[in-house]
Amino acid sequence: MGVPGVSLLTSLARLRALDEGIAQPIATVRHCHLRDQPMVFIPLKLSGEAAAPLAAMLGTERDRPRLLVVSQPRNRDLRFAWAAELAGVLLPYIARFLADTETVERRGADPYERALDAPQLIVPNAAGVAFTRLLGRSTRFRRADGPYPVPDVVPLLGRWLTYFGERAAYPGSSLMLAATEELGRHWASGQSSLEDANLAALLGWITEGPSDAAEDPLIWPPAGPATDPGFDAEVLAPAIDSGSAERITEALRSQLEPTWRLMWQAIDLLAGLEAGASVAQRWEQDRGSFSGMAQSIAEGAPPQARRDGAIAAAAKLARMERAQAGYEVQRAYDDPLIMAEYRLTGEAFAGEVIETVPDNVEGEGRSRKLRPLVVIKTDDPVRLPPGASLGTPQRRGQGAELVSADEGLVTVKITKGMGRGKTPTPGAVPEVGERVCYTSLTDDFQGSPNLPDAEATPWTHGGPPQHHAAEHTPDDEDAQEEWS
Amino acid sequence: MSGMNTQQRLDALRGATPPRPHDARAIAALAANPGCTRRALMDGAGADKDAAARHLGFPAPFGQSPFAITRGNVFESLVKADGCAELLRMLRELLGLPIAEVAYHDVENVGAHLRHAHTRALIDRAARDAQDAGTLYDHPLLTLRIAGHTAYLEPDVVAFQLGGRFHIVEIKSFAVIDGQADPAAVAAAARQAAVYVLALRTLLEELGHDPLQVSHDVVLVCPENFANRPVATLVDVRKQLAVLRRQLTRMTTLDRLLEGLPDDLTFDLLPGEDGRPTRPVAELADALRRTTARYAPDCLSTCDLCFFCRDEARQEGASDLLGRQVRDELGGVGSVAEALGLADGARDPAAGQEEIARLLRNAERLRRECLT
Ligand code: SF4
Repeated sequence: MGVPGVSLLTSLARLRALDEGIAQPIATVRHCHLRDQPMVFIPLKLSGEAAAPLAAMLGTERDRPRLLVVSQPRNRDLRFAWAAELAGVLLPYIARFLADTETVERRGADPYERALDAPQLIVPNAAGVAFTRLLGRSTRFRRADGPYPVPDVVPLLGRWLTYFGERAAYPGSSLMLAATEELGRHWASGQSSLEDANLAALLGWITEGPSDAAEDPLIWPPAGPATDPGFDAEVLAPAIDSGSAERITEALRSQLEPTWRLMWQAIDLLAGLEAGASVAQRWEQDRGSFSGMAQSIAEGAPPQARRDGAIAAAAKLARMERAQAGYEVQRAYDDPLIMAEYRLTGEAFAGEVIETVPDNVEGEGRSRKLRPLVVIKTDDPVRLPPGASLGTPQRRGQGAELVSADEGLVTVKITKGMGRGKTPTPGAVPEVGERVCYTSLTDDFQGSPNLPDAEATPWTHGGPPQHHAAEHTPDDEDAQEEWS
Repeated sequence: MSGMNTQQRLDALRGATPPRPHDARAIAALAANPGCTRRALMDGAGADKDAAARHLGFPAPFGQSPFAITRGNVFESLVKADGCAELLRMLRELLGLPIAEVAYHDVENVGAHLRHAHTRALIDRAARDAQDAGTLYDHPLLTLRIAGHTAYLEPDVVAFQLGGRFHIVEIKSFAVIDGQADPAAVAAAARQAAVYVLALRTLLEELGHDPLQVSHDVVLVCPENFANRPVATLVDVRKQLAVLRRQLTRMTTLDRLLEGLPDDLTFDLLPGEDGRPTRPVAELADALRRTTARYAPDCLSTCDLCFFCRDEARQEGASDLLGRQVRDELGGVGSVAEALGLADGARDPAAGQEEIARLLRNAERLRRECLT
């Protein structure tokens, strides 16, 4: 995740939004998976503490939010009781998806079981993801036995929260989404990306236009995990001092309920967009990763290390970079408005087919090859050299090569994916009059195995846990770490 | 123009409102927006930006939770308890120094007006005497020339000196978890520490000592993991120092900034008997608008006047509202209407705008094509 890339097209959309007083679309399809019954999770933390929970509102149904409150936020034991309650909601939700699996064959490796569906956590913003990860960190090393025992579901919850928090950083993953980030990937508001981190403000821009109320914590409390300092001083502190659990609970409910409504509004907005063509494939990877995590827990792997070792960290970085590149290509292929970014920079062009030579051949005798020619008329500034290899969203398996580009006329020859006969398979060569797009942007996603390679995948993403175990085995000290 | 000198004019700008020393946020933000004349003048004059923003009806969004304040105070007193025993233990380890025993001076115990002179004298003595045992100076009052004007810095830091070498020690209450802390918080702390390093170096130089006696490695003390136990880390602030120096020299001097402004311009809040401002709001807003601002979304986390300046930028339809990245992308087209006019083709590009106009027109064509 991260700030959606800023490009001139997005900038222009922001200017337009500012001018018209309403957000503008920057995507024509949805680029994240959105399952029915996602787990909406809005955690709040105690100000000034790294990861002291205060409350959470969560649930999979919009009219049945669960409110979990640390009834005396300064009491360490109650934090663990709260974590156990949270586990009581989240772990059964996760377990729901473990039973139904499919067997997936792999080249050069044993087949494995992949969940048919997977859980999905949606938090309000990037800070919510970070806090989830910290909650995971502060609970996964605990023990149910020993000098500071905690309920046994707590360390298990910690491992899952850690997993979701880490997976959220994986480009294109939808197991854990931050609402503001996903909205910001699909709409450009007329404010800065900094201000887009405010869920109420961003939703305001998308639905009704900007309003100062969005920044008024009395009308729209912050979407967490940090609470409004004014609320802390005037409402929460006195409630805590009063010692009344009910007063504290009601105070926190007042801060969470507005955000709960906003979260479902955000989900509705995203659900209103049709899913992009590659979304299902990325979700499939998410399912594989989820199953890998579940399996490593079942096999008794230790909790995730405090930090990756150097090799694991480097491998992870490389994997994330590849995933990022693949995600960007997929988004462009799925969405003409994203592809437009590349058309603007000359790495892609689109236009109408004005001429074709479907049976064009190259070479003589045995090396004679079918190379259909297509001439496209385009208004785009093409900045690709002759010989550049091209792909096209209209025919994803196909490969082509740029022959010449001149005065708005581009000739390409199809080199792959038109059949092996003397004439191309029907439909392989676009017809005159068809609108097509070609781009130098390609990814091996077209034919690649859609499975992560087990050996090259860390256990957090579904690979074997062995080498991690060696790096850090949590000890008593971890289990007794203070949480004050 | 009258015969007033710069100091008199700055005093007039501030008026009867008591001057405000720079607090942590102002200090960290000093280098954040060096091109902003409005802030340079207000800071230079020691005007109370926070009070001004509140009076204007645009209070700054920088409230601090009582829980965070309590936590910060508890942590700081823990680190400083028993004559900074805990801090010393960490310094010993971190710097690998055979620190037996040190003197502890809390400069805050001295009357406010004497604090700076007192700090100077103490530091001078320490810098002179390389044989001196270690000393910790708590709450030293330092100064820094900002835009040709001396600003007082009210640091919540400790300066540590041993054998004539100084280290700035900063105590922060954000946690370091598994060796990692919130990068934004660390960056802010490093920027802030760099200001103190520079101020202390300047002081040494003024006193005729080698400024490099102040280390560019600052000691950052934070709670570790989820507990209250402190951990000290050395942070190299050379990069922040370089940026700070460059931006401070780039800040036009205040006399130049004052040049075009009327003599009677003032940001005075005219505090009444009870200290509450009595200045008509419209008049104050007018006075501020006489000075050029340079709003950027970063202001929202660094400057008390941010909501006022953002409102002004909105009224002007400035593309600054959208952030630096958008601004850079637009290559100097400052107004929203102008950029959209170029995109629509309703406006002809001025000299030098041909390239951005071509890009904007193309972008507009592509958006239309994809959205209809
Ligand atoms: S908020 Fe206004 S005065 Fe402050 S730095 Fe930004 S533009 Fe300048």
